[in-house]
Amino acid sequence: MEKRYGNLIVELACQLIAPFILLFGLYVIFHGHHSPGGGFQGGAILAAMAILLRLSLGMELTSRIFSPRLMPAFAAAGLLIFAGVGVAAIFGGGNFLDYGAIPVQGVSEPSLHHNGILLAELGIALSVFGVMLSIFDTLIRDK
Amino acid sequence: MAKLLSHWPYLLILVLMALGLYGVLSKHNLMKKVIGLNIFQSSIILFFISISAKWGATVPVIDPELDATDPSLYANPLPHVLMLTAIVVMVATLGVALSIIVLIYRRYHSLDEREILERMRQE
Amino acid sequence: MKPVMVIVTLMFAGVMSYLMMSLPPFGDPSAPANQHISPYYIENTIEDTDTPNIVTSILADYRGYDTFGETLVIFTAGLGCFLLLRRHSDGKTIR
Repeated sequence: MEKRYGNLIVELACQLIAPFILLFGLYVIFHGHHSPGGGFQGGAILAAMAILLRLSLGMELTSRIFSPRLMPAFAAAGLLIFAGVGVAAIFGGGNFLDYGAIPVQGVSEPSLHHNGILLAELGIALSVFGVMLSIFDTLIRDK
Repeated sequence: MAKLLSHWPYLLILVLMALGLYGVLSKHNLMKKVIGLNIFQSSIILFFISISAKWGATVPVIDPELDATDPSLYANPLPHVLMLTAIVVMVATLGVALSIIVLIYRRYHSLDEREILERMRQE
Repeated sequence: MKPVMVIVTLMFAGVMSYLMMSLPPFGDPSAPANQHISPYYIENTIEDTDTPNIVTSILADYRGYDTFGETLVIFTAGLGCFLLLRRHSDGKTIR
């Protein structure tokens, strides 16, 4: 799995389908308020896209896009986004993760909840993506 | 018999659960034990999802055109949430289990439980 | 060894199928699991959070603390996997 798969049809098919999987993953994350979906599912779909590229194109080419060194940082960044939304609510005088208390002027409370959920889902998706891909990378690197 | 007609999904889940337990108990390969553990976990996830089902209910997404918030129209969303997180945690813990198996193989050059125990005694 | 395991599994299945009989019927809307707190979530999600997907609103809002803990768990699992199999700068691994 460190090398390319070496078959033209497989490599081309995976390259062709990857952008659509990426788009679908982003749709699942950002449309998670109105249809089945959300951070966990979208992050898993994005990780599946990256793993498909890793399997077909090899580590050397794909590490330029999704560097294995960056993945733990992605996971930590997602967790920090989630925690940051929670701490922002503390600054507004509410409890941890009480999105209604986030201090933004001129936004009604349900709308604050709506956007807080979106940020939290974004953090979850980033975290799931980073964790899945870093687990995959560490398991295939074994020599 | 009437119980069988109203409880048959639980019976299928029980079969899956017993299969997973048998795999964990009787197989000597660590990899197969992990697979058995995952089958057991899947049966528990299916059990929670089957708890949340209601006859005549739809997915727990409120239809803006319908605009009805009658609880009997929507499936119970709470088990869905719990299992959504449980599935992802299951995958992450599977990763940890696999990396521990890799380490065991590096040290003892075997995945068979009995051989590993034998080599641990020799050291 | 294997016959013992078959007997243990069959005993487990027997006990579980006996306990299964006391569960509420499949798909019963008046089962205790469907009565306790989930009607509150279904009725109030629109006015509380403006989010039609009840699963999302419970996941990130009503039970956000739980989800935060779960995210911490998967982060710790990924980090544990990373640290168990990493190679040190002098080329050594954990043995």
